[in-house]
Amino acid sequence: MDDIDKALLNDFQRDFPLVARPYAEIGACLSMSEDEVIEAYANLAEQKYISRIGAVIAPNQVGASTLAAMRVPEDRLAEVAEFVTSFSQVNHNYEREHDINLWFVVAADDVLEVGEVLSRIEAETDLEVLNLPIIEDYHLDLGFKLEWA
Amino acid sequence: MSASNAIDEFDRAIIRATQAGLPLTHAPYETVGQEVGLTQQEVMARMARMLDDGIIRRIGAVPNHYALGFLGNGMTVWDVDDEAAQDLGVVIGNLDFVSHAYLRPRHRPHWPYNLFAMAHGRDRSEVASKAEIIRTLLGEHCRSGEILYSTRILKKTGLRLVG
Repeated sequence: MDDIDKALLNDFQRDFPLVARPYAEIGACLSMSEDEVIEAYANLAEQKYISRIGAVIAPNQVGASTLAAMRVPEDRLAEVAEFVTSFSQVNHNYEREHDINLWFVVAADDVLEVGEVLSRIEAETDLEVLNLPIIEDYHLDLGFKLEWA
Repeated sequence: MSASNAIDEFDRAIIRATQAGLPLTHAPYETVGQEVGLTQQEVMARMARMLDDGIIRRIGAVPNHYALGFLGNGMTVWDVDDEAAQDLGVVIGNLDFVSHAYLRPRHRPHWPYNLFAMAHGRDRSEVASKAEIIRTLLGEHCRSGEILYSTRILKKTGLRLVG
């Protein structure tokens, strides 16, 4: 990754221009052409350094979501994880090192639908699901400062 | 939700059309507009309004921490006095190595922790030293804490609107 890539990553995590030709405006800041900026972003995406350029939506402003956690016996983990992942409303699912070892985010149109998903997972797996919705959000998520050694 | 925060079907359509990423075209808002049936100007105006209202947090490149070498993401969790949690949450949420900070309900006795902060570092020892910084800031208001490292990502997609 060169200095241009780093600038494209670091400097435009927020305030991506809301103008007709945003990539041209970014190019003007970095002395690049519009096409060079587009190509550089396409490369960063292809190499998976960025997951996307887009809008980051605040939690629970559109629809409803919660963090859920389960204590799954080791010999059932693969089966339960696959079942949880199969729900379209589950958008993150992580195994974590803890006796409460399966952690996932359920996002749906409303709180009722979130609750239904959690209930179905409990019923099907016969395991308790901890429901840990956000009460307060303390981070404005203005981007993440990346530093290179 | 106040009236100014209300979003309509066009706003939802814009969010749906952009959540996987803005198109890498010369006029991306026009491309989005064509998809949802609005002019470029209307798309930009609606996105600006959603930014102002806090519905959209930010528009920009979303880095992939793993690919960039931040392999040590750790979910730090803390049992913090309810009275102090609000002020301390703001302090922790402002740390530059913290990407998310939330107050969540406890589920005693299995789960005593109410403050969650996602800490990023290049490896686990770096995350552990960041957690130590958080622990020090929480001070006497914190009874206990843990770091939960992820061992496997089983699924990860962006926000998905179903409706």
